[in-house]
Amino acid sequence: MSNTAVKMGASSNVPDALGRFGEFGRRFVPETLMHALEELTIEYASAKADPAFNQRLNELMQTFVGRPNPLYFAERLTDLCGGAQIYFKREDLNHTGAHKINNTMGQALLTLRMGKKRVIAETGAGQHGVATATACARFGLPCVVYMGEEDIRRQKLNVFIMRTMGAEVRPVTSGSRTLRDAINEAMRDWMSSVEDTHYILGSVVGPHPFPMIVRDFQSVIGRESRQQCLDKVGRLPDEVIACVGGGSNSAGMFYPFVDDAGVQLTGVEAGGRGDKPGEHASTLTYGTKGVLHGSYSYVLQDPDGQTMDVHSISAGLDYPGVGPEHSYWRDTGRVNYVSVRDHQALETVSLVARTEGILPALESSHAIAYAMDCARKRKPDDIIVVCLSGRGDKDVNEVARLTGQDL
Amino acid sequence: MPFLTAGDPDLAMTARLVEELSKAGADLIEIGFPYSDPIADGPVIQASYTRALGNKLQIPAIFSTLKPVAQKIKTPLVAMVSYAIIFRIGTLEFVRQAADAGFAGLIVPDLPGDEADEFQQLVTRNNMDLIQLIAPTTPPARSSRILKNASGFVYCIAVSGTTGARAELAPQLADMLKTLRTQTKLPLAVGFGLSRPDQVEQLRGLADGAIVGSAIVKHLDELSGDSGNADVVIAKLVQYAGSIAAAAHSSR
Ligand SMILES: Cc1ncc(COP(=O)(O)O)c(C=O)c1O
Repeated sequence: MSNTAVKMGASSNVPDALGRFGEFGRRFVPETLMHALEELTIEYASAKADPAFNQRLNELMQTFVGRPNPLYFAERLTDLCGGAQIYFKREDLNHTGAHKINNTMGQALLTLRMGKKRVIAETGAGQHGVATATACARFGLPCVVYMGEEDIRRQKLNVFIMRTMGAEVRPVTSGSRTLRDAINEAMRDWMSSVEDTHYILGSVVGPHPFPMIVRDFQSVIGRESRQQCLDKVGRLPDEVIACVGGGSNSAGMFYPFVDDAGVQLTGVEAGGRGDKPGEHASTLTYGTKGVLHGSYSYVLQDPDGQTMDVHSISAGLDYPGVGPEHSYWRDTGRVNYVSVRDHQALETVSLVARTEGILPALESSHAIAYAMDCARKRKPDDIIVVCLSGRGDKDVNEVARLTGQDL
Repeated sequence: MPFLTAGDPDLAMTARLVEELSKAGADLIEIGFPYSDPIADGPVIQASYTRALGNKLQIPAIFSTLKPVAQKIKTPLVAMVSYAIIFRIGTLEFVRQAADAGFAGLIVPDLPGDEADEFQQLVTRNNMDLIQLIAPTTPPARSSRILKNASGFVYCIAVSGTTGARAELAPQLADMLKTLRTQTKLPLAVGFGLSRPDQVEQLRGLADGAIVGSAIVKHLDELSGDSGNADVVIAKLVQYAGSIAAAAHSSR
C-alpha cells in the first residue's frame, strides 16, 4: 500500500543543528539527559572530522567486521521471478551476522573517545544486542543489554551469544515485553547513569543526535552498494529496497541514494497478520505524527497519544515508531513505504534458502518478498538492489515452531 | 506537595483525594497523566500508569472529573503530562482543556527548555505556568538560559535518575539549589526520590517546597489493596501525606 505524501523533494543535508529532518526529529527527553546529548553532538562532530577516528573505524570495518561485503546477483531467484535482476547487499556476511555491527563499532569508538566507562543498549531481535556485546568485548567495556521477555523467548540463540561475550542481558517485563519496552528501560538506566555511561542506541530513532549518528555509521551499506553497482553493471540501480523496523539498515542503504533522482527507494514495513490496529507494525502506513522515545516522527498511537500494541513475526520489526528521517522521506515522497505480511516473510525464508543457498533473517525476508513482487512487474533490464540485512540462524527456533517442525 | 496518578485506583477516588488533601493543607497538588511509555518514571509510577490505563482511562475524563473539584478548592493543581499526549491531542486544544478544567500549571517532563518556547507562550496566554525542570546534570549556564522564561516555580530534580524513593539524594543537590537561588526569584520545589520526612527536613532553607510522588502512590496502592472502604483509604492517605507535609512546614 502506498502513502499519500506531498511531494516536495528531500534534501540529504539534514538534520539541522536542532536535529530536525524537515519538521521531524528534535529532542523530547527529560532534562536529565539533555547535557549528555549536547556533549555527544559535539563529540560526534569532532570525531567525524578527525582522520584518525575514521581511519581506525575503517580498519576495524575491514579486519574485524569483514567489509566490504559483496553485492551478489541472485541469479536463480531472478529466474524464478522472471523479471528484473535482483541483487542482494550481503550484510548477513558481516561479523555477528547483520548490519547492526556497523553502528556499534562506531559508537563504541565514540564511547572510548568520550571517556565513558560503561555501555548500555536495547535489543529486539538480539542482533543489535549481540553487535553491542561484541564491540564491548573487543574494547573491554562493561555492557548491559535490555531485552523484552517476549523477545528473549523468540531469540534465545542471541541471548546466549550476548552472555558468552560477557554482556549482562536484563529481561524487561513491562508493557508488551518487546523492543519498545527495552528502549524505555535502557533510557531509564541512562537517566541514572548518564555521567559515566554511553547508550548505544541500535536504530535511527531516539533524540538528536542518535538518528543522525546511526544513519551515518550505517551509510557504509549504501555507499558500497552504489559503487559496487556502478562497477558491476555500469549504472545505478532502478530500485533499492530495505526493511524498516526502527529504520537503520534502510536509512543506511537509502541515504547515499537520496540525491540520485532516478533511483526509486522503497521501505518495507511489517504487515503482521492484518491491517487492524495491533495486528501489524506498519508505522509509516497507518501511523500519525507524534512523539515517542524522545523524537517526533510517525507513531502508532491512539487518539490520546498512548502508544498502541503492535505485532510482527519478526522481533526486529516489532516496533510502533520509526526514525524521523523516514517520516521526512515519506512526507516528501522520496521513499515509498509498503508492507509485507508475516506469512509472506515466513515463506520467503525457505524459498530463498532453497533457491539461493542463503538463509535470510525474518526481518530481511520482508524486503526480499517485496523485491520479488517488484521484480515480476519490472523489465528484465531493470536492476533491483535489496538489503539482506541479516542472516536467519537466530530465527530457526521460531521458524520451526511456526511451521510445525521439530528442531 | 503530593503527587497523585489520575485514575489510580479510579478517577472518582482521585477527585476525592484532591479535595481532602487540599482541606488538609497541601500547598499544591500534582496530577500525573498516565502515559504508556514514561521514560522519566521509575517502577512505582509506571505501575500506577499501567493500572489506570488498564481501566481504559482517557484524558478528557481527567479534565471533566477534576473540573468541579478545582472550582471548590484553593490549592493549585498542576498537571504532570508527557508531550506525547499534549502533541497528539493538539497543543492548543490540550492547553485550553487544562485551563478550562482549572489547572494552574503544566509540568512536561519530556519537553526540555530548548524545545519549549512556542508551547510556553501558548500556556502563558492561557493563564497557566509551564514549570521548568532543572536536573543535577544541568550545567549552570544551561539552567540560567532555561530560567529566563520560567514562571510559577522551578522543579528541581533531586536525583540523577527516574522518579522513585531513594535512600540518598544527589550529592550536588545543595549546591545546585544555592546556584539556582542566584539565578531566579521563583520558588524552588524539589522532587524525584523524596519519601521520608528527614529528607524533606534536609532541604531546610534551601528549597521552598518538596514534591512527594512515588511514596504516596505506593502507599495509596497498598491501602487500596488492604481495604475496600474508600473513606478509610482516604483518611489514612491524608494522614500519611500530612506527616511528610509537617516536616516541610517546620523546615520553612
Ligand atoms: C537482521 C535485521 N534486519 C533489520 C532489523 C530492523 O532494524 P532496522 O530497521 O533498524 O534496520 C533488525 C533489528 O533487529 C535486524 O536484526
